[in-house]
Amino acid sequence: MMPELGQIALILALLLAIVQATVPLIGAHWRQPALMAVARPAAYGQFVFVLFAYGILTEAFVAQDFSIAYVAQNSNLALPWHYRFSAVWGAHEGSLLLWVLILSGWTVALAALSSRLPERFMARALAVLGIISIGFLAFTVLTSNPFERHVPPLADGNDLNPLLQDFGLIVHPPMLYMGYVGFAVAFAFAVAALIEGRVDRQWVRWSRPWTNVAWAFLTIGIALGSWWAYYELGWGGWWFWDPVENASFMPWLVGAALIHSQAVTEKRGTFAAWTLLLAICAFSLSLLGTFLVRSGVLTSVHAFASDPTRGIFILVFLVIVTGGALTLYAIRAPKLAAAPPVSLYSRESLLLLNNILLVTACAMVLIGTLYPLVAEALGWGKISVGPPYFGLMFFVLMAPLVWLIPFGPLTRWKGDSLPAVFLSLRTALALAALAAALVWIVERELPLKAVIGVCAGIWVIFGTLAFLLRRMRNAAPGRMLTAEMVGMSLAHIGVGIFVVGVVVTESLNVERDVRMQAGDMVEVAGYQVTLREVVRQDGPNFIADEGVFEIRQDGELMSTQHPQKRRYLRGQVMTEAALDAGFFADFYIAMGEPIGTGGAWAIRLYYKPMIRWVWLGALLMMAGGLVSATERRLRQTIVEREVVQSAPEQMPDALPERA
Amino acid sequence: MSALLRMLLLAIGLGLAAGASAIDPMPFTDRAEEVRFQKLLHELRCLQCQNQTLADSDADIARQLREEVFRLMRDNKSNDEIKDFLIDRYGPFVLYKPRVSSSTWLLWFGPFVILAGASVFLWLQMRRRRRTAAAGAAPTPSDEEDW
Amino acid sequence: MLLRAFIPLGVFAAIGLVLWSGIGKNPQLLPSALLGKPAPAFAAKALHAPETEITSASLLGKPYLLNVFGSWCVSCRVEHPLLMEVERRGEITLVGLNWNDTREDATRWLAQFGDPYSQIIFDADGRIAIDFGVTGAPESFVISAEGRVLHKFVGPLTEDDIENKVKPLLAGQAL
Repeated sequence: MMPELGQIALILALLLAIVQATVPLIGAHWRQPALMAVARPAAYGQFVFVLFAYGILTEAFVAQDFSIAYVAQNSNLALPWHYRFSAVWGAHEGSLLLWVLILSGWTVALAALSSRLPERFMARALAVLGIISIGFLAFTVLTSNPFERHVPPLADGNDLNPLLQDFGLIVHPPMLYMGYVGFAVAFAFAVAALIEGRVDRQWVRWSRPWTNVAWAFLTIGIALGSWWAYYELGWGGWWFWDPVENASFMPWLVGAALIHSQAVTEKRGTFAAWTLLLAICAFSLSLLGTFLVRSGVLTSVHAFASDPTRGIFILVFLVIVTGGALTLYAIRAPKLAAAPPVSLYSRESLLLLNNILLVTACAMVLIGTLYPLVAEALGWGKISVGPPYFGLMFFVLMAPLVWLIPFGPLTRWKGDSLPAVFLSLRTALALAALAAALVWIVERELPLKAVIGVCAGIWVIFGTLAFLLRRMRNAAPGRMLTAEMVGMSLAHIGVGIFVVGVVVTESLNVERDVRMQAGDMVEVAGYQVTLREVVRQDGPNFIADEGVFEIRQDGELMSTQHPQKRRYLRGQVMTEAALDAGFFADFYIAMGEPIGTGGAWAIRLYYKPMIRWVWLGALLMMAGGLVSATERRLRQTIVEREVVQSAPEQMPDALPERA
Repeated sequence: MSALLRMLLLAIGLGLAAGASAIDPMPFTDRAEEVRFQKLLHELRCLQCQNQTLADSDADIARQLREEVFRLMRDNKSNDEIKDFLIDRYGPFVLYKPRVSSSTWLLWFGPFVILAGASVFLWLQMRRRRRTAAAGAAPTPSDEEDW
Repeated sequence: MLLRAFIPLGVFAAIGLVLWSGIGKNPQLLPSALLGKPAPAFAAKALHAPETEITSASLLGKPYLLNVFGSWCVSCRVEHPLLMEVERRGEITLVGLNWNDTREDATRWLAQFGDPYSQIIFDADGRIAIDFGVTGAPESFVISAEGRVLHKFVGPLTEDDIENKVKPLLAGQAL
């Protein structure tokens, strides 16, 4: 009874989405306030129905209603109650419903908080969101109904999947979806602006916090996925350049470019075409990600059970939404004003370079991810593209960007003197070189490439601090540091920390597969790891062999680790690796199989220095995005309405408001 | 997520039940040999569990291929020769780092072509705008404390 | 109308085509690298008669289906009745490649489920399987009288495979 109500709720939501997508557009075209005013209530109504449907599905999981096929496939009588909430998004249908819910939520937030923006514009933006909602709701209702019954009803669900009962898997998908879906707001604004034929600095200013927040969520979503894979999957890796990982990384790269581009458009009125195009691309890449995960065209460890029908549906949707937006862009964008001249060295040109590098990196990831498809379509056989390719190319493209980061905030608009800016950064550079030299003295194993990388990361940190210092010294008190500047600085420092973490962990990590028995000692990266003994441990539904390992440095006991090899009653065998996490390094011990009968075991040892800095950097980037979204100025109306129109000459130099 | 993760678990479970594990101590003569072996394995794809490298996969074929790679290494074969050996049997699919050839130039050079093209185009555009700007209007840096 | 502004749309169209071309295909399917090439040379002992040697040369002159199996392989049991039937009909010669197994386990398995093979190669160290590019069991290779690999099947064979793929190939017709 309830699941059927859930289905009906989704159909009703779809109908409201159709209303939301069409009526306000007509209203905006014919300037009919009554029709335009339909947008907000339609959005609210849609949200109510979607929330209702989602609630029913959640309730089915919590109450363990195995008459619903989806619940039976993804949970089990033995599933602890707190994991039942996250099991809802454990597979395709449920996670899609979560997507729809989050999309609906963002739409409602936009509808509720946009009263100060022009009605015509908002009507169009909400209509665009309605079109997107139609796509996803139709997809759910027609191909991926989570409420299908299993007849006859099952007494118990499928075998439990231990990987799903984990904190990482609870937070990773929702955060990721918040990011993916959040870019729809910028997308809706861009399309609305293209329909209108102009880029109004007011809405760009207003949309900046939304984009920043979406990007921040995407950042933490990706970081959580990486962290989860690291400690759960057990192979020591934190990023595999897997197609689905790439699918989340591409919108992130374009989103980063979008954030910077929006800042320029909001402050200077320029880069309008970039802002529009990047906004379209960011969300389109989110949609592409959805396609890659659910269509089965690429082999990936993440992919949901794939279905060509679903693939076709999403592809058609993608063509309509992205193709439509890009067509609109092609027709309307050239009518936007051209940018005024700027010097070769100016903040504009630096940010232009920033955009180019980020977009190229994204293009590279796209080419690499889709290359197997291209090769097969063109008859070049089956080709693999993996981490060796992506890692190398990404480094080459991003290294110049990293080195340039400190220059951006200190360079003036329109034109500046490179020597002068460099001079103001000379202390930072000297300190960075000094710090890198110190690091190299302490850690002789570090190859030269890595020392330079560490220097780059520290340089970014010190360069950003140099900006903050200068700001605090020169600006009038009370206007020294805005939320925007603090957010930017946090994010840039996060990049620096991330770079240091990646460079060190990739250069110095040690992996060893060894044969050990009780009493054996192995040297790993200057630590002595001794296997004291292997004992039997009995768990609730498994029997385990537990290795007791002692990790020493210079004879002093640092920690004792207890990895296990578990054999479950149902026959599965699982490795429970022991992870000794530290701020400066992780130690990882996993038990393989017994060797022979003498009590010897195959053991894998990992030493991963500075790996936590990778996620710390990401955390700071997220914090930066959130902090800059709180900037008060972005909620203020621009006093003189600066409008970028078809008149090419007039570009205001003076900002109507002081930063 | 459940379906394929279950498959992954099953694959691991089957592999482990059959006694195979990715954790495979080999009798290395020194650390350098071990590092070379690991680096090479991370560039090779497991043909059975296709989302894992040869270093991380529990599949039977992965274990056998690891032993084969080790044997070839001991046989003084170079990395390229070892890769050729595997390509002859499994095709280029086994390499995670495609070789540069006529069928991979888009992959290896495409991004740089894009980068160069975009940079040149935008630089030319910037230059053109400066030229067509009103005479004498060299872009002056903003004097205001702008942010 | 600025043509340049259509570049993003053009790029998207190309991407769309690439994505569309991939739908419905199985990305995990790996075609054999040996198609059309001579089957790898090998020399190994027979399973049942450890003193007898089977070489690739000794198998020339007659086309056959090389079937990779093992007593540990669950899916092999799925196709085994079909193989028994094929042997009974006598139209196709079956040669077994016993992979990753022990003599005792394999012999016991065949005694229990039946032995459809005219000869069985015992691949002691798995090198023959690697030479053939085997990734798992069961896999089957159609090999011509001249010793060329004509086709590779991954997974259990079906009746359809035998009737519509193996027989035409062995009759000398292209698939």
